[in-house]
Amino acid sequence: MKKIMGSSFQKYRTPEVARMERRLFLKQGLSLGALAMLTGCAVTEEEGVQKVLSRMSGWNDDAQALLFNPNRLAPEFPESRITNPFPFNAYYSEEEVVDVDGGAYKLELGGMIKERKPWTLPELYALPQVSQITRHICVEGWSAIGKWSGVRFSDFLQRVGADTTAKYVGFQCSDDYSTSIDMATALHPQTLLTFKFADQILPPKYGFPMKLRMPTKLGFKNPKHIAVIFITNEYPGGYWEDKGYNWFSGS
Amino acid sequence: MAPEVTKVHPLIVRIAHWLNVLAVLIMISSGWRIYNSDPLFAFSFPDQVTLGGWLAGALQWHFAAMWLFVVNGLIYVVYGILSGHFRRKLLPVSPLGVLRDIGSALRGKLAHDDLTVYNAAQRAAYLVLILLLIVLVLTGLVLWKPVQFYWYGQFIGDYEGARLLHFFAMAGVGFIVVVHVLMVVLVPRTFPSMFTGRIRRSA
Repeated sequence: MKKIMGSSFQKYRTPEVARMERRLFLKQGLSLGALAMLTGCAVTEEEGVQKVLSRMSGWNDDAQALLFNPNRLAPEFPESRITNPFPFNAYYSEEEVVDVDGGAYKLELGGMIKERKPWTLPELYALPQVSQITRHICVEGWSAIGKWSGVRFSDFLQRVGADTTAKYVGFQCSDDYSTSIDMATALHPQTLLTFKFADQILPPKYGFPMKLRMPTKLGFKNPKHIAVIFITNEYPGGYWEDKGYNWFSGS
Repeated sequence: MAPEVTKVHPLIVRIAHWLNVLAVLIMISSGWRIYNSDPLFAFSFPDQVTLGGWLAGALQWHFAAMWLFVVNGLIYVVYGILSGHFRRKLLPVSPLGVLRDIGSALRGKLAHDDLTVYNAAQRAAYLVLILLLIVLVLTGLVLWKPVQFYWYGQFIGDYEGARLLHFFAMAGVGFIVVVHVLMVVLVPRTFPSMFTGRIRRSA
């Protein structure tokens, strides 16, 4: 999400500002909505339109969950196809990347998990790891191929005794980002809790100390700088999801 | 002598046509906003003619209207095939006839004696339009779900190939729509028939 999010105005984007923006975009949107009215569709009430669109987005979450085949693998690519340099993307600019202290770092676990003891980086690095070269697709439209390595997330969830019958896995990140995913995607064989990018320990701009990599979801669903992982049946939402981006956003 | 009035567009075709107008308007205008968030080429669409206000809004419109577009389109295509509507109205169409009709249209000599029968250029335009709309759905599915539809997406250049095809199919639809509307302006008595389903056979 390189362009919209690069600007520093994000700091001032309080919920009130977000609401104002939403109202503004609807007003703009209505100029064409007005055209649509010619055919008899009553697009008059902004809040009403937003309600219908939000409900359709929820319906699309269900449709995507149905379409999602837990055994279907995303295509993997040879090293020669890797995009170099791999684009930076976040809701802030590259200069504002958070600097996590690896020595003091502990991954916290919460919610419906049996063993909730925090994990240090050496403990995490000791887990069996796999690599993948897959395509990252941004909600904006661009795509880039990268190589990530880490532990299979389903293995990790099993190891810590996560209740995999729960609906959601939520993530809170050191850069104040948050997101959440469906359990089916969490258990997908290509969903990795990654510590490396291009065979190197993740640099800060790509999410040190860890990023959840899911080639079956859009880029913004792949959280970086993960600090807390929690399992829940309550819809956790997320940073972009709460602003109107589709929650499931599967590939 | 009173002009002979005859039936021209079945009700289901008229309903499908206007629902399709609405769906395609929303799809294209929101699609332009989505395009603007990461332009494929060295231009963007003016924000004023786009729908949604920002990327998330445009995506909401696009993925809401796609259901109207696809369900309506499916009903139309199934009806068109099963009822013989396509066979009667759109076939046969020969390349030579199309060229001849385009030539006479450009010289302003294309005959409109019988508006219940489409000329060759019209047939070709409507057939290509239907095909382009199908291409938009198929490439759109690859863009929406590149992993789930990789089984055929891989044959059209995967995600990035589908992106290009989706754009060019949109451009093709836009071109045909402009010509179509222009033709309606030139032969205005065809316009009310798209509501009433009836038309005077000759001018």
